[in-house]
Amino acid sequence: MLNQGLTYMASSKTKAVNAKPSDSGEDFPPFPHKHLLGISQLNQYDIINLLDRAQSMAPISRQPRKTLPTLSGKTQINLFFENSTRTQASFEIAGKRLGALVLNMSVKTSSVSKGETLIDTATNLNAMQPDVIVVRHGSAGAVELLSQKVGCSVINAGDGTHEHPTQALLDALTIRRHKNRLAGLTVAICGDIANSRVARSNLLLLGALNVRTRVIAPQTLLPAGIEKLCTEVYTNMEEGLAGADVVMMLRLQRERAGEIMTPSIREYYRFYGLDAQKFAHAKPDAIVMHPGPMNRGVEIDPAIADGPASVITDQVEMGVAVRMAVLDALIDNGEQSHE
Amino acid sequence: MNKPSSIDKPLLITNARIVDPASNTDQMGAMLVENGTISELFLSSEPSAPEGTVIRDAKGLILCPGLIDMRVFTGEPGHEYRETLASAATAAAAGGVTSFVCMPDTQPVIDDSALVDFILSRARDTSCVNILASAAITKGLKGQEVSEYGLLKQAGAVCLSDGRNSIQSSAVLRQAFTYAANFNLPIVHHIADTALNADCVMNEGLFATTLGLKGAPVEAETIPLERDLQLALLTDVRYHAAQISTAKSIAHIERAKQASQKISAGVSINNLCLNEIDVGQYRTFFKLDPPLRTEDDRLAMIEALNAGTIDTIHSGHDPQDVEVKRRPFAQAANGAIGLETLFAAAMRLVHAEQVSLIQVLRAMTQRPAEILGLPSGALAKGAPADFILADLDYPWVAVEADIKSRSNNTAFEGARFSGKVMATYVAGINVFEH
Repeated sequence: MLNQGLTYMASSKTKAVNAKPSDSGEDFPPFPHKHLLGISQLNQYDIINLLDRAQSMAPISRQPRKTLPTLSGKTQINLFFENSTRTQASFEIAGKRLGALVLNMSVKTSSVSKGETLIDTATNLNAMQPDVIVVRHGSAGAVELLSQKVGCSVINAGDGTHEHPTQALLDALTIRRHKNRLAGLTVAICGDIANSRVARSNLLLLGALNVRTRVIAPQTLLPAGIEKLCTEVYTNMEEGLAGADVVMMLRLQRERAGEIMTPSIREYYRFYGLDAQKFAHAKPDAIVMHPGPMNRGVEIDPAIADGPASVITDQVEMGVAVRMAVLDALIDNGEQSHE
Repeated sequence: MNKPSSIDKPLLITNARIVDPASNTDQMGAMLVENGTISELFLSSEPSAPEGTVIRDAKGLILCPGLIDMRVFTGEPGHEYRETLASAATAAAAGGVTSFVCMPDTQPVIDDSALVDFILSRARDTSCVNILASAAITKGLKGQEVSEYGLLKQAGAVCLSDGRNSIQSSAVLRQAFTYAANFNLPIVHHIADTALNADCVMNEGLFATTLGLKGAPVEAETIPLERDLQLALLTDVRYHAAQISTAKSIAHIERAKQASQKISAGVSINNLCLNEIDVGQYRTFFKLDPPLRTEDDRLAMIEALNAGTIDTIHSGHDPQDVEVKRRPFAQAANGAIGLETLFAAAMRLVHAEQVSLIQVLRAMTQRPAEILGLPSGALAKGAPADFILADLDYPWVAVEADIKSRSNNTAFEGARFSGKVMATYVAGINVFEH
């Protein structure tokens, strides 16, 4: 299965360079979903399909002229109910590089009227006939609810502590490019697991591709039943990092947790912050990842974050490729079902 | 609403399977109703009736006492668009419920004798079933000051409850229990530790974690339950744990029951028929309080019902409109309607051979009547003629178009049922006919 994926990767790499830009979608099996709401809706074939598509998109951003006409005439709305600089910019660039008309909407909401605003906004936006809506919302399930009220494709750009599928895809792509494989690797995800949608999507994705997953966090930041979502659970960072190929740090979600689930930053950093001493327990060629934005000195030592093992900026670059691939796959799919 | 067709004439129901938990009866027979009360049961003898009696051949249908639902929310006064007493009563009649206790969570709160009086007189004027008033344990349901239990009882309140709210202060509870015991009023308390439950929207566990929702631990129920039971024993009050939902709660109830006969416990039909998996992909009609728990918890509830540790089953009927339900799960309101499906849902347990018919009916007739001190809940000579005729096997599908409640937030939308109420009588008057 994975070999098949790798073959795709190898072949598509060459093709992407030589292909006529407008053909880029045709090398891949159709993506069989209307929306991308979460990794939980995908099987391993869907995941590899998207990773291969993203792999072929990656070179486009490195070309002197970085656009494809694939989505020209299409309208993409980025609907963000929660603040985000990086993800919104990434989706915007992805859409624009494919030639789509991109509109950014940030909706400020009071917590009381959140629900009404969501449904009302969905109905109104739907009337403007967009082709794809990218949604971030503070509540788990909100993106799925919105997808039921619109006619176009919907991409989940993060819903509460539920899922953030494009982040998991870009993380997997980054790992695959650095390690040339996924199956059999050991990935340690460290930090605020309880409040992290990134952790949930990553555990689902990596689990589906036979990656050994570890979570490392103080017990207060581990949600109930987490042991069934990963291979191993650790509360001690050194033990959890031993022999890891990939160390994925999470942002301590200080703004989301009702109270900080750790007594102080200095205690958290002492026991769960990634510094050189703790990182030494991982494999010598281990890479360090972070979904951003980073709290330097809280969950990660700046020397590690900006050091040679860090692939954090690669993640950002792959973010654009993954989002281009997802937009292309969904709109491609939508057009085929219209015909 | 009321159809006084048979009020003047005696009514004889013949050829019925008479199921009366209070007398442990389950056999074919007939029943004579005169002047709104049961005047004779014919179990082994040939039925006889005075001249002019209307005779109804039940054709083998079950004849049992009308159900008594101890936990029903309406929107009157204050939120009539959700439910009025009259619309709740119509829904109740369709579900075989002939009496229900109306929770005090209205606007204004039923914490004053004048409001008890309002509920009872509105019910009498507009509603086709018996509506009983529960008065607030604390003023404004704020959990701080006890309300005027003596006056409330005099006005007709049958029990005290803070509805959806759970009193957190042990001192307030002790005072309330002591004072309620003074007037021999039962306390019906919803149990939840609000601090442990803060921001929790479903049962804690793997399923909540995968959905990214904050889960409520079972200890948010067991800790305040144990506190309540100890205070109930201390004060010798008639105490009814309004609704328990976890397997761990059962041992606490069992222990307290050994010490006092004044302790009882209820369970929602939802916690007997559904589990956390029913939440599925953020289905807000399954967002309930207490939350739907695990399948093991559900099975433990059934076992406790069989053992008699759980005394009563209620619908927890809680009408909520689209505006507060069609929201992201965490922001949606709790609650589901349930009056119309109470009997049919309970029959699922009977058909699954998990509970006997007589035991499941006991929890919806005899036991609530005993706990609230009502004359109904049994097919006894001289008792009010509140009864239903039901077909145990009648197949039907619950569809939105048939809902009689003003709100449609049912946890049984599209559910397939075997068993239906075919006719409902309140004080001898036919208030529902299928």
